[in-house]
Amino acid sequence: MRAREKLPAIVDLVVIPLANVVLAFLAAGLVVLAIGGNPIRAVEVMISGAFGDSEAVGYTLFYTTDYIFTGLAVAVAFHAGLFNIGGEGQAYIGGLGAGLVALALDHTGMGWLVIPVAVAAAALFGAAWAAVPAYLQAYRGSHIVITTIMFNFLASILMVYLMVNVLIGPGNMSPESRDFLSAAQLPLFSDWLDGMGISVHGSPFNVAGILAVLCGIVVWLLIWRTPWGYELRLLGFNPSAARYAGVNEKRMIIVAMCLSGALAGFVGVNEVLGVHHRLLLDYALGYGFGGIAVALMGRNHPVGIAFAALLFGALQQGGAELSFEMPQVTREMVVAIQGLVILFSGALAQMTRPWFEWPFRRRLGGEA
Amino acid sequence: MTPAIELRGLEKSFGAVRANAGVDMAVPPGTIAGIVGENGAGKTTAMNVVYGMYRADAGEILIDGKAVRHDSPAEAIKHRVGMVHQHFMLVENFTVLENVVLGAEKGALLEAGLAAARTELQRLSDEYGLQVSPDARISDLPVGEQQRVEILKCLYRGARILILDEPTAVLTPQETDRLFRILKALKAQGTTVILISHKLKEIMAATDLVFVMRAGKVVAMRETPNTTREELAELMVGRKVHWQIERVKASPGAAALTVEHLSLAAGGVPLLDDVGFTLHEGEIVGIAGVSGNGQGELLEILSGILKPTGGLIRIGGREITPRHPADASEMRTLGLAHVPEDRLKYAMAGQFTAAETGMLGRQRVLPFKGPNGLIDRAAIARHCGDLMERFDVRPRRIEQLAAHFSGGNQQKLVIAREIACAPKVLLAGQPTRGVDIGAIAFIHRQLMALRDGGCAILLVSCELDEIMGLSDRILVMYGGKIVGEVAGEEADERTIGLMMANVWKGDAA
Repeated sequence: MRAREKLPAIVDLVVIPLANVVLAFLAAGLVVLAIGGNPIRAVEVMISGAFGDSEAVGYTLFYTTDYIFTGLAVAVAFHAGLFNIGGEGQAYIGGLGAGLVALALDHTGMGWLVIPVAVAAAALFGAAWAAVPAYLQAYRGSHIVITTIMFNFLASILMVYLMVNVLIGPGNMSPESRDFLSAAQLPLFSDWLDGMGISVHGSPFNVAGILAVLCGIVVWLLIWRTPWGYELRLLGFNPSAARYAGVNEKRMIIVAMCLSGALAGFVGVNEVLGVHHRLLLDYALGYGFGGIAVALMGRNHPVGIAFAALLFGALQQGGAELSFEMPQVTREMVVAIQGLVILFSGALAQMTRPWFEWPFRRRLGGEA
Repeated sequence: MTPAIELRGLEKSFGAVRANAGVDMAVPPGTIAGIVGENGAGKTTAMNVVYGMYRADAGEILIDGKAVRHDSPAEAIKHRVGMVHQHFMLVENFTVLENVVLGAEKGALLEAGLAAARTELQRLSDEYGLQVSPDARISDLPVGEQQRVEILKCLYRGARILILDEPTAVLTPQETDRLFRILKALKAQGTTVILISHKLKEIMAATDLVFVMRAGKVVAMRETPNTTREELAELMVGRKVHWQIERVKASPGAAALTVEHLSLAAGGVPLLDDVGFTLHEGEIVGIAGVSGNGQGELLEILSGILKPTGGLIRIGGREITPRHPADASEMRTLGLAHVPEDRLKYAMAGQFTAAETGMLGRQRVLPFKGPNGLIDRAAIARHCGDLMERFDVRPRRIEQLAAHFSGGNQQKLVIAREIACAPKVLLAGQPTRGVDIGAIAFIHRQLMALRDGGCAILLVSCELDEIMGLSDRILVMYGGKIVGEVAGEEADERTIGLMMANVWKGDAA
C-alpha cells in the first residue's frame, strides 16, 4: 500500500479525467497512424462530426440522452452496493413497454395522454425486468451481476420471439411492428425550433432529453437529499450499519434495482417513441454497457454522468462520421477508439494519479 | 548506546489538522517502550509514519542511527520494522500459515515456501511461547490467537522493532497477561517493542519506559519504575484527573425492559440460552463475562439487529417474540438507544461525514427529516455541532469523513448521538473502548447522569473496573447463560472472576 495524497478537488474531478481522455485519444491516434490515416485529420472529422452543425449536435445530444439514462441507472444501483450489468436488457424491455402502449393506444383518440402512459410503461417494464434479479439477490442470495447479465440474454431472445412471431406488422418482411401514429411520437426539438422560425437541420434529438435532465435532478435529490437516499448510501457503504439503523435491506435492494431498471427503461422512450416510431430489434444495443463506463467516469454523480454521457454521445456521433469520411477507418475502428476511452478513463482511471500527486507532495527530509 | 529507533521533529498534517507537530523520541534497543496519550494526540499517526503507511511532512526517522525513509510498509519491513494494527490485517479464510507467508512467499510455487515457513514458524513459536496451530483457519481463532498470528507475521519477516497499536483492547485479562509474557520473551531476545496503549495499568505492568504524547508532541519521557499512573494521567491530560466515579444510591423505578427465556440458536448451536432479567428505570445493570459468551448476541437481539429464536422481550408496552420481531428502527421508536460494541461494524460508515453520522438511525424522524420529506441539512449540521461540543469531539469539523476521526473521537460521537435522543433504555456495549482517560471519566459521568434522570442502562464491558464502578447490579454471563447475579456494592473482582470462568461454588443457587 502506498501513501495516497489528497489532491485539490479541481485536479481530482476535472484535470485527471481530462488527462485520461487526452491519453486515450493519443493512443487512438497511434492506431490511426498505424493503419495509414492522419490522426489530426481524424480528430478534426470527429469533432466536426459531433459538433460541426445543428444536425451533428442534435445527433450527439440524442445519443447523450441514452447514455444519461443508463449511466444514472448504473449509479443508483451502485450507491446501494449493487452492480447492475443488466441495463441492456432493462432498456430493451423498457422500449417494449413503451411500444406496446403506443400500438394499443395511438389510434384510440386519447391525444396527448398516450405519451405519458407509454413513458410510464417503459419505466414499469424496465423496473419489472430488474425486479426479478433484485428479488433473487435479496431473498435467495443469487449474485446480481450473474442474474442481470443472464437477463440481458433473456431480453434479447424474448424480443426476437415477440418481433418475429407476435408483433411483426402486417405485410412486413423484416421483424418490425407497424409504424406508430403521430399521437405516440415524441416531438423533435428540430421541429419545435423550425416552428419558432429558427432554421435547423432535422435530428432525432427529442423531448426525452428533457426527461433525462429531470431524471438527473430527481436522482440527485433522492440520493443526497432524502432519508431514503441516505439509507441507500448507508447500505452501499456498510450493510451492517444499515441494519443497525433500521434499514430493511431486502426491500432497499428491490426498490433500488427497480428504480435503476426504470431509468434504463427510458432508453426505450428515447429510441422507440423518439425516432424509430415502431418496435424493432436491437435499438438498445450497447447503451446498457456504455452506461457502466459513463457512471464510472462520472463518479456516480448526475453532473459527472451528464458530462461523461456527452463525451460518449459525441464519440458515437463523431465516430460514425469518421467512418464515412475516412474509408480506412472502419466502424470497428470507431468502436476500438471508444474502447480506448473506456479503458483510460474507467479501468485505468487511477493510473495517471501519481503524476498529478507529484507536485503536491512534500518531501520527507530523511534519506540523505 | 545508539537508539534502535529515533524520531526527530516528525511532522504530519491531515488538511488543517496537525496530527504530529514535531515528535521527538529515542527508544534504546531491547526495551519495551510505551506511548500513552489522549485520542488524537498523534500516537498512531507517528507510528504509521514509521511503518510507511503515511508519508511525513517533515522530520527524520533513524534506525540504528541511520536515517531511513519509508514510503510503504514494504520498505519498513526491509528495515526490520513490524507493526500490529488495532484492527487486524488478516485474511479470514486463509490458514495461519498462509497468512504468515502472505507477501513473503519466496518463489513462484507455494509448496516449498510453505514447508520452509512451517519449520520457521515452529521455531518462532517455541522461542517466544507464541503457540498457534499453523493449519487453523483465521476465522475459527479467538481474537487473542489472531493477534499472535499478527505478531508471528512480523517476526517471520525478521522484525527487530515491533510496534503494537492498542493490542489489549480486544483481549481478556488472561490473554493480556499472556501477551505481556510474549513481549518480555521478545525483549529478552533483543527485540525492541513499542506499545501504544490507553490503559495505564498495563503500561505500568509491561513497559520499561513511557513516552507521553499530547497535541502531536512528546511532552514527557519517564522510566516506568519511577512514575505512577496518576502522574502519567496528569501528563497526558495536562491537568489533574478524577478517578473516582461519583455516585448516589440508585432509586430504581418501574420495569423498563423485561427479558424472559430469551434464546438464540444458529445452526443448532445455542448462542443464548434461556436468558431472563428485568431492567428498571434509573438503574445500571452491568453484564460481566469473558467476551464471546453471548453478550454481543444479547445486545444485537435487544437492539433489533438480530431476531431471537425463542423467548420474549417486553419494552414500552410491546411484546417482542420470534413471531413478532421488531427491527432496529422500531426499537428506537420504543425508546431504546444502542451504543454497539463494534463501532466500525454497526455504528458508522467511514465514508459518511460527521454530520451524517450524527443522524444515523434517526434519519426518518424530526428534526432530520424536514416537513418536505427532504433531509434538513441545517438541522443535522446544528445537531452534530451540539454533539461535538458536548462530548468534545475533535476536530470539530462536521464535514470531515467519519473514517478520518481517531477511534476515540468516533466513539465519543456515537455515544453522544445515542444519549442525545433521551432514551428510556440505553444499551451500552463497551462504551469506553479505545477512549482516553479524560474522556472515560466524562462518559462515566454522562452515564450516571442519564441513570439519575431515570434511564435504564444495560452495560456490557470487558473492563471489570468499569462494570463494578458503574453498575447497581451485575449479571455474569457464561456460555450464553446468566450464571450469577451480584449487587453492585457487594461485588468483588474475585467472585465475579470465578463466575466468569463458571467455577463459582458459592451460595448462588
